[in-house]
Amino acid sequence: MSGIKRYLLRKTIIYILTFFFAVTIDFIIPRAMPGDPIAVLLSRFATLPEAAKYLHSYFMQAFGLNKPLWEQYLSFWNAVLHGDLGVSIYYYPKPVAEILKEALPYDIALLFPALVASWFVGNWLGALAGKNRKLDTYLMPVFYFLQASPYFWLAILLSYVFTFKLGWFPISGAYSYGIIPSLSWEFIKDYLYHWILPFLSLFMVQLGGWAIGMRNMIIYEIEADYVRYLEALGASEKTLMKHAFKNAMLPQVTGLAIQLGLLVAGNVTVQIVFSYPGIGYVLMQGIMNQDYFLIQGAFLVIILTVLVANFVIDLLYALIDPRVRTSYTEEGT
Amino acid sequence: MSMRETFRIALKNPKFKIGITIVFIMALIALVGPLLTPFDNMGYYPIKFGNTTFSKPTTPSLPPMSKDVVYGPEGIVNVTHYLGTDSFGRDIYAQLTYGMRSSFLVGITAGGLATILGLLIGFIAGYKGGWTDEILMMITNIMLVIPTMALLIIIAAYLPYRGVAIESIIIGLTAWPWTARAVRAQTLSLKNREFVHLARLSGLSDFKIIFTQIMPNIISYVFMVFILQFGGAILAAVGLDFIGLGPTKGMSLGIMLQQAVLWNAITLGYWWWAIPPGLVIAILITGLYFINTGLDEVFNPRLRRE
Repeated sequence: MSGIKRYLLRKTIIYILTFFFAVTIDFIIPRAMPGDPIAVLLSRFATLPEAAKYLHSYFMQAFGLNKPLWEQYLSFWNAVLHGDLGVSIYYYPKPVAEILKEALPYDIALLFPALVASWFVGNWLGALAGKNRKLDTYLMPVFYFLQASPYFWLAILLSYVFTFKLGWFPISGAYSYGIIPSLSWEFIKDYLYHWILPFLSLFMVQLGGWAIGMRNMIIYEIEADYVRYLEALGASEKTLMKHAFKNAMLPQVTGLAIQLGLLVAGNVTVQIVFSYPGIGYVLMQGIMNQDYFLIQGAFLVIILTVLVANFVIDLLYALIDPRVRTSYTEEGT
Repeated sequence: MSMRETFRIALKNPKFKIGITIVFIMALIALVGPLLTPFDNMGYYPIKFGNTTFSKPTTPSLPPMSKDVVYGPEGIVNVTHYLGTDSFGRDIYAQLTYGMRSSFLVGITAGGLATILGLLIGFIAGYKGGWTDEILMMITNIMLVIPTMALLIIIAAYLPYRGVAIESIIIGLTAWPWTARAVRAQTLSLKNREFVHLARLSGLSDFKIIFTQIMPNIISYVFMVFILQFGGAILAAVGLDFIGLGPTKGMSLGIMLQQAVLWNAITLGYWWWAIPPGLVIAILITGLYFINTGLDEVFNPRLRRE
């Protein structure tokens, strides 16, 4: 088998196992935890006897509580694979899958640009700081501070400055109340106007991390023997940096997979600050209202998104790292 | 390098010095800060009637350094709200300093637990090799892909009662994977060295070899891992608290921020409520990063810029 194939096969096995693990967790936790979530859920419908009755039969069916555990587990899998994530209590009677399907595009439209933009700008600034000592003394503390900030706190700070003090941007929602989502120029403008602050919150914290990573790598590479050798050959600084940058790049691509988890978590909290209607906001509603189906569904969708993104990053890595192409003997990174 | 010698060299490193100073000041505020205010951890003024204590709110929405009066059984008490009050008349300074205490507590316990778990799993996987290694690394890789926060949310959401201890444990139980992988790599590079072979020949048990031969060689690395885990645990806890899955009773920096957002502190312009809790966390963790970079430069001369 060729290097790339083996590498991707191994990764895919890990991802399939991860998904399996995530679904199992989703199944086990409500059953293993103290208390009776279903009783809690039903008690919330005490004023709506019709809904409570319907839900009771729904739970009996969905959880199959009178059946043996393994049978419950199999039917749980069956439901998940058919995209059936239950019915939301808070948004009753809307199915959880539908709610999440409506929310997900807002997340992707925030996460993807934030990740890509922060990666490019962060690496560029980090490389600048890495080769220029004077710049480094000023930039490094800023990078660290950004990386150390909780995402949602930076969101609070930005909204305080740009909304309360300056009044430049709106504080909540993904678009104005009066506007109906469509592909008109008016809507896009309004959407971007609401998008900018949540985007900046994610972008700035991530930027700090990438810049620090690149800075350290560049400092490390500049001292490497091959760079010294090039220097001795009289190569220009531009050539030196080009080679150092190329080598420093690889860990930054691997880092994408690790940062992704943090970014997704940050995204959840940032959306709460801006009441931005993505999965994070929906999840918060689920938590505040003890809407367990919604929480569990959001958990699965978040994991699935991260798995897909990880796979894309792996493909990318296989393309840019020649070592993967030629041989893949060591365990994956 | 012995621990003491390392520390002596590290103290000459400016980054390490800055970092240590920041963390030390923050720890001091967390330790001494709550002693300098009459308010309790929720920011209320405790009034004693015989054996029972009543928590009394004061004037709401006061800006920092406001003077206020509390009417108690002993008469009028003059108080100063160093950082003002929130919309419920609770003292922000008291909430903040008590909150910092609980953040440090979570950082130490959850970060410590994650470090210990990561070390154990990394050592065993790296030293034993074979199937043990395969299985442990499989679990580690799976845990690495799942965003820790998602896992924390699903566990915490089903706990009807949550305290700081439970929160620390679930954070510790989910944060170890990257440490395990890094420690495994270190163990792999050490286990074929002569002194380890020698220890094995002299009949030491695996357990003893790991802790008397391998561990001392990476002790400085372990320290750096702990610092990162400490900071990571504080950030995880503040995030968890913010989305409403923190301790069900009491106050923390994350809960302060959550309430500030839910009660519109930003649109009302109460910056003293919404900004300081996150600021102290960002400063503390910046300090931790500085310590780590400083140590990195001490252990890794190639990173020093001289």
